[in-house]
Amino acid sequence: MAFLAITALSLAFTKDLFASVMFTGIYSLLSAAFFVLMDAVDVAFTEAAVGAGISTILMLTTITMTGRYENNKKYHPKIALTVVVITGIMLIFGTVDMPAFGSDTAPAQVHVAPYYIMQSGEDIDIPNIVTSVLASYRGFDTFGEVVVVFTALVGVLGLLEFSRKESELGNAPAPMSQHKVLRIVSKILIPAIMLFALYVQFHGEYSPGGGFQAGVIFASSIILYAMLFGVEQASKAVSMPVTKVLAALGVLIYGSVGVVSMLNGGNFLNYSVLAENDITGQHVGIIIIELGVGITVATAMILIFLTFARRIGKNSEETA
Amino acid sequence: MFLAAAIAILVAMALALVRAFMGPTLYDRILSVNVFGTKTVLFIAVLGFLMGRPEFLDIALVYALINFIAIIAVLRFFEYKHPDSSEVKE
Amino acid sequence: MSIFIDSLSWALLLLGGFICVSGAIGMHRFPDFFSRMHAASVTDTLGGGLVLVGLMLQVEGQYIVLIKLILIVLFIFLTSPTASHALAKAALHGGLRPKLGSNQEEQDEDVLRSFGPVKSEDTKNKE
Repeated sequence: MAFLAITALSLAFTKDLFASVMFTGIYSLLSAAFFVLMDAVDVAFTEAAVGAGISTILMLTTITMTGRYENNKKYHPKIALTVVVITGIMLIFGTVDMPAFGSDTAPAQVHVAPYYIMQSGEDIDIPNIVTSVLASYRGFDTFGEVVVVFTALVGVLGLLEFSRKESELGNAPAPMSQHKVLRIVSKILIPAIMLFALYVQFHGEYSPGGGFQAGVIFASSIILYAMLFGVEQASKAVSMPVTKVLAALGVLIYGSVGVVSMLNGGNFLNYSVLAENDITGQHVGIIIIELGVGITVATAMILIFLTFARRIGKNSEETA
Repeated sequence: MFLAAAIAILVAMALALVRAFMGPTLYDRILSVNVFGTKTVLFIAVLGFLMGRPEFLDIALVYALINFIAIIAVLRFFEYKHPDSSEVKE
Repeated sequence: MSIFIDSLSWALLLLGGFICVSGAIGMHRFPDFFSRMHAASVTDTLGGGLVLVGLMLQVEGQYIVLIKLILIVLFIFLTSPTASHALAKAALHGGLRPKLGSNQEEQDEDVLRSFGPVKSEDTKNKE
């Protein structure tokens, strides 16, 4: 806990943006270690993959464009500080009323959690309870999360692609072309990583994993390719219009499972009605929506990285 | 037995972290982040066996991957920034 | 038989842990970046490999765990040396030069030929 506090404080006070990014990486790593200690494996998985990996890479790409050091502040925003402090105090005050962290008498522990734990075996029959809660009992929340990822992607694309002209790209030399050893090793690694991503995706019912983590791992393999072989070549390999369509397709798959279950007579996203047997229906439903989640997350990460990386070439040509 | 190995790895991680703060050149810091990452992978694997839950190995594998990709990203960042060597306020 | 495997795995784990710690100590005591990197990456890979092989001997019955451990070992053996190689190359491109005892002139010529002259203002930036 102390490490977290120290890291967060040094993060806020350092002016070297690169050091800040490294501290963010260390911070998410410590959080992941925390989750592991609390025996929450899926969350640690996602935190390690997303926080320590993708966020660090995206932030590094950003500070490539903005420069390494923060400008000196010319004024101290006292009003903003006061507002933040007051809001923080009100939030803390509000949580005093809630049951203590992990207490036995909290309503979530008394009613909801035992129900899930005991009924999950009968209703859904998969060993990983986290996936069953995420994908089936709380399927609507997960739908919201997927839509959030998709919306973030649309936002990034809308903001950054608006003024892009096709002719300005393509003059920067491929980065790291002298690192032949790296290129050869990556050519061996990238298919293995993709295979591992597929394993995590489809094995999410039996071991920690599922759509979000698998999408992130798949995207990181493509990002590795793009970093070592150049954004141009990566855009040819993973063509951007197709990827955009795939991102929307992922959300569509998720939603259509819900609609199909409505057409079959149940509620929205009630998987039991998808097949003759209740449990088979649940399995089918969970596999399909995890697939949708994985597709959307992977394509969103790839597109965000490629969009950021294209701006690097354009920016340095403008300032040169 | 596992506990001894886990403590040894923790000590190594702490030393690497100190070097991250101390290192005179920038590449020292990158090196220590790399070492920290690899030791974390080992630590998670040993911890998984210690707590009797071998599912942690998935996390170890993912983190090994992320560590590698992050180091490559950092190196690429410095390769891009080096030629223009923009304003460096010390 | 199982006592033999048990004690072998215990020995491997302790040896691996000792190598890792000694590598980290080496990172502090060596005088120069390149020697530090050498200490760190060699002991990292070796110590990690030994620890993981020691863990492999402890697995009873679940083959999937064994396969995952083998995958992690392969991955570390493949990527850790590559990352150190990339780091060393980037450091040489960035202007750091190894500090040598007696062969300083020969080494300077050699490095000069492949990497270009030291850009002195950049090494000051990095300090």
